Amino acid sequence: MSAAVDVAHAEAPEGAPLSQRGPAPTRVVAAFGFWLFLLSDIILFAALFAAYAVLAGSTNGGPSGAELFNKRHVLYETGCLLASSFTCGMMMIAMDTRSTRLIYLGSLITAGLGALFLSLEFSEFADMIRGGNGPTRSAFLSAFFALVGTHGIHVTVGIGWLAMMVGQVATIGFAPMVVRRLFCFSLFWHALDIVWIGIFTVVYLGVYR
Amino acid sequence: MFGNLSWDAIPLNEPIPLATVFILIIGILGLLTLVTWKGWWPYLWREWITSTDHKRIGVMYVVLALVMLLRGFADAIMMRTQLALAAGHAAGYLPPEHYNQIFSAHGTIMIFFVAMTFVIGLMNFVLPLQLGVRDVAFPVLNSVSFWLTAAGVLLVNVSLGIGEFARTGWLAYPPLSEIAYSPGVGVDYYLWSLQISGLGTLLSGINLTTTILKLRAPGMGYGRMPVFCWTALASNLLIVAAFPILTATFAMLLLDRYLGFHFFTNDSGGNPMMYVNLIWGWGHPEVYILILPAFGVFSEVIATFSGKPLFGYRSMVMATMAICVLSFLVWLHHFFTMGAGANVNAVFGVATMIIAVPTGVKVFNWLFTLYGGSIRFTTPVYWAIGFMVTFVIGGMTGVLMAIPPADFVLHNSLFLIAHFHNVIIGGVLFGAMAGYTYWFPKAFGFRLHEGLGKAVFWCWFFGFYLAFMPLYVLGLMGATRRMQHYADPTWQPFMVAALVGAVVILLGIVLTIVQLVVSIRTREQRRDLTGDPWNGRTLEWSISSPPPAWNFAVLPTVSGPDAFWSIKRNAANPAKQSPLEPLSVPTHSPLGLLVSFFAVVLGFSLIWHIWWLAFVGLAGAVAVCLRHAWRIDLEDLVSVAEIAAHERKHQTQVSP
Repeated sequence: MSAAVDVAHAEAPEGAPLSQRGPAPTRVVAAFGFWLFLLSDIILFAALFAAYAVLAGSTNGGPSGAELFNKRHVLYETGCLLASSFTCGMMMIAMDTRSTRLIYLGSLITAGLGALFLSLEFSEFADMIRGGNGPTRSAFLSAFFALVGTHGIHVTVGIGWLAMMVGQVATIGFAPMVVRRLFCFSLFWHALDIVWIGIFTVVYLGVYR
Repeated sequence: MFGNLSWDAIPLNEPIPLATVFILIIGILGLLTLVTWKGWWPYLWREWITSTDHKRIGVMYVVLALVMLLRGFADAIMMRTQLALAAGHAAGYLPPEHYNQIFSAHGTIMIFFVAMTFVIGLMNFVLPLQLGVRDVAFPVLNSVSFWLTAAGVLLVNVSLGIGEFARTGWLAYPPLSEIAYSPGVGVDYYLWSLQISGLGTLLSGINLTTTILKLRAPGMGYGRMPVFCWTALASNLLIVAAFPILTATFAMLLLDRYLGFHFFTNDSGGNPMMYVNLIWGWGHPEVYILILPAFGVFSEVIATFSGKPLFGYRSMVMATMAICVLSFLVWLHHFFTMGAGANVNAVFGVATMIIAVPTGVKVFNWLFTLYGGSIRFTTPVYWAIGFMVTFVIGGMTGVLMAIPPADFVLHNSLFLIAHFHNVIIGGVLFGAMAGYTYWFPKAFGFRLHEGLGKAVFWCWFFGFYLAFMPLYVLGLMGATRRMQHYADPTWQPFMVAALVGAVVILLGIVLTIVQLVVSIRTREQRRDLTGDPWNGRTLEWSISSPPPAWNFAVLPTVSGPDAFWSIKRNAANPAKQSPLEPLSVPTHSPLGLLVSFFAVVLGFSLIWHIWWLAFVGLAGAVAVCLRHAWRIDLEDLVSVAEIAAHERKHQTQVSP
């Protein structure tokens, strides 16, 4: 996201309602825009969730979720992701101190946990495909791979983004632009956790049935 | 090396597309030569192509929409000619597989690249001016959005000369659009061009929603926003909420086609009706994404030219937001025939009729605004009144089809075609043309020719009725949509009448071009020096035409609705008295052009399965974004002297 237009701040009338105080500062505008983007992203996932719910029973004579999913494996994945969310939160607290070293450390742990999650997910996918249960096996598996895979792609993009932010902190420092982007990254990372909790509940625990 | 792409992809044995492509290539080469010969490139590059000014981007959107209107209309008149000929034993001149591509391209282009592009262009141009601010929330992103739309346009048009377009209708229902039944590249052209332009639309929706909710002049609370801003807010909220569904649905169909998934296939448990449900989950809100800004245009036009505040401002806002919510609750009325059962159909039928209520509120508000006003019958008012008549008829035929038993008879008939053209031409297109005429002087500093503008209106108005009223009759006689030939010769007179109507509309389109040329040539006589040619009520008329890059030297302070009207009434402009300060405007950025260049590369190579090139496209797009992320010189400073010089010039023009 590019920098928001910096609007000269007019004096807010005394006691005016919030809606009448003139253009919001850039920081607020950028975060608000990113929130809207996240909402749209969650709607994208909602469509994939809906497709999964419709197709979950269409196993085409193949295995169902209960036969395929290894709950212990999923627990480890969930653990990695939730822990990375925690370290991401710690990193944002470290940003307030403007400590480059803590940001690097936080990024490393967060991205590492994300990568661990991805490798676990990858091994799960690989096992299923090796066993003949890839996305082409049945509509249920198509929906499963698309939903969980889209989340995985998001995590991959998130790790790439985090690497870029480390580069920005190293080269530009804590300019307002960089701080805004780090803030947006943390929103993104937490949103992925929320989506994962949905996946965990709907897909792996199968609550919709 | 080149995937599925070979010389066979060029339709050498089909004279119509080949000739069209030939003419297009000559036209484009001619244009490029002219621009190079006149040495316009530096100007175009700096002032337009890399511009992040919302006004420039808005104008480019509208130009793109008008150009694509020509393409979409060419498709339309070919279909009407075919149907006027192809009765009984006559086969017409278009083979079925070509005809199928034409109606698919017509629908796709008209909705995505004419209607959407036009209303987004108007919103882009007008919103920051009406809100009293200097630009949209994310100016560079705005440029990216525009160029992604242009990328989609380019891909659709490339399909004319390289390969083919989809033959699956404008929504590409599976299983027909699955790889088993549409093995060619047509559906891939459709899907990738809409994925790319859809991303642009989504980013634009986020951008404009943020602008309206977070960037307004001091004092402009929600209850003081012009109604166009409200309808644009509703429309952009719908974009944010609906376009991701389209992206997800198309992604599923792409997975089916490229990787053998089974979302919508007939076999392996796939569910084609899920596609229909999902696509209309986007598609019905889309209808309102298009029409709500048009409602906003009419609200501005009617209030301005009646010389009165809009009747029932609050009810107008509430009706707008009610439509915004309800638009998500009626998608199933597009396929009552799915067989969801009487109760489900009844719920959606009733929900559909309920939407007519807030729409009716709006029509009455416009009528009451006109009532007792001192109306000036300018071209935009013609469009507005023509809209009210036409749209009400179209709305009523819509309510007819909201009755499930009636819909079982009328589903996919020409009655349906007549209905939605009745609301889209009578609503969206009339609104777009009204907005184009109304804000043209603001964008360019001179008015369009009034007489020719009215001629354009009458052509569209009568042409529309002549072209589409026969289709209602034909629909009731049993004619279905998307047919290339019919056996019953008694339908032919109606088909011929419809063709005549289309020719009258063609005359209207030609006159639009004539009007533009004549107005440009005689622009000195139609200069608008005051910046307020229509005695307007909202803030865009309080500044010079065309506005400076920074729009407002000092942000206006708003104390009620119709902000500029009250400023004029009080004969004082507090904004002008405040001291000037230097300000910054967003700088130029080639990011949008570069990203969309790589998006075209990516889309084209995915369509033709050229995987290495797809990687190049993706990597290129990421690389230019990364390069942009390290730019820190994103704003140009404007000095007080420059602002003051502009303000002085404008002041002397307003009161010489």
